[in-house]
Amino acid sequence: MRGGSNNYRPDAPIVERIGGGGFWMTGTVRQAGDGKPLAGQRIQIWAHTTEGYESDWASHGATLTDANGVFRLEMPQIVPAFGQPHGHLAYDSGEFETVFLRPVMNSARDKSLEAHFVLKPA
Amino acid sequence: MPPSRDVSIWVMLAAVIIVPLLLAAASPLLQWRGPVYIAAGFAGILGLALMLMQPLLISGWLPGLSAYRARRIHRWIGGLLVGAIVLHVGGLWIVSPPDVVDVLLFRSPTPFSVWGVTAMWAVFATAVLSLLRRRLRARIWRNGHMALASVIVVGTVVHAVLIEGAMETVSKVALCSLVLLAAVKVIFDAYQRQMRRPPARRQLDNRNQE
Repeated sequence: MRGGSNNYRPDAPIVERIGGGGFWMTGTVRQAGDGKPLAGQRIQIWAHTTEGYESDWASHGATLTDANGVFRLEMPQIVPAFGQPHGHLAYDSGEFETVFLRPVMNSARDKSLEAHFVLKPA
Repeated sequence: MPPSRDVSIWVMLAAVIIVPLLLAAASPLLQWRGPVYIAAGFAGILGLALMLMQPLLISGWLPGLSAYRARRIHRWIGGLLVGAIVLHVGGLWIVSPPDVVDVLLFRSPTPFSVWGVTAMWAVFATAVLSLLRRRLRARIWRNGHMALASVIVVGTVVHAVLIEGAMETVSKVALCSLVLLAAVKVIFDAYQRQMRRPPARRQLDNRNQE
């Protein structure tokens, strides 16, 4: 996705929560072709939040998808940056082709954002 | 003591420019931004506000200023606009280089970027044109400047309105509407003046003007 990889910092640590929390980034990871949910996939997440810039290390964290291919990570509230309230997500673990997503929130007041990955084998 | 009507015009102009700036300064977004980011944003807001002054100055509507003085200030503000843009884009680049690189290469995911970049280049082109003003035929200078001014105004207004940022929405839309209206009125008046001249006189004017 255009702009998706901006301020990406590879190898963000897997965390229970990024910073103080208050906002939920959720989504699914599926395989291209048959749509099979992919478990145990590492999804990295970062955004401009109430606690820091996209480029700050502390703004980056990762989580794993559960058995149903679903991921949920709590993070600080995303605030508009560069004109849009948006988040960044990445799959960059090698088994499938790297994908960067840059979903835009419908409203800066939303407390959650969803993004869905469809991955092709590398 | 200037007539009260003249004072009111200046007071209203000051209000129209200051109110959006003050409201932006009160934006909750600023608490999550560092000084460079804030300065970059305000350089953009200031640029928008200055853009209202330009058509008002060149049209001679602002009381108490001779046409000559108004034109000089218009040129000076043109220079300020170039500076404001450099600070706006440069400051944003410091905050997030990849985002600004995307914008300048016309590959940004945001819908408002291309409008801003186009307005930016049109401002730079206008600055260059104005430096060559005396070497250009009057008609080329005038039409070139007005065409570029149209691009600048439309690009800037669309850019600003589509952005969700520090500016408060109502005051932003109001300021943008006034910028558009002032520009349209001035350009339309100039066009009408041009068209009202008898053909022979029009040609003479184009050769001799300025």
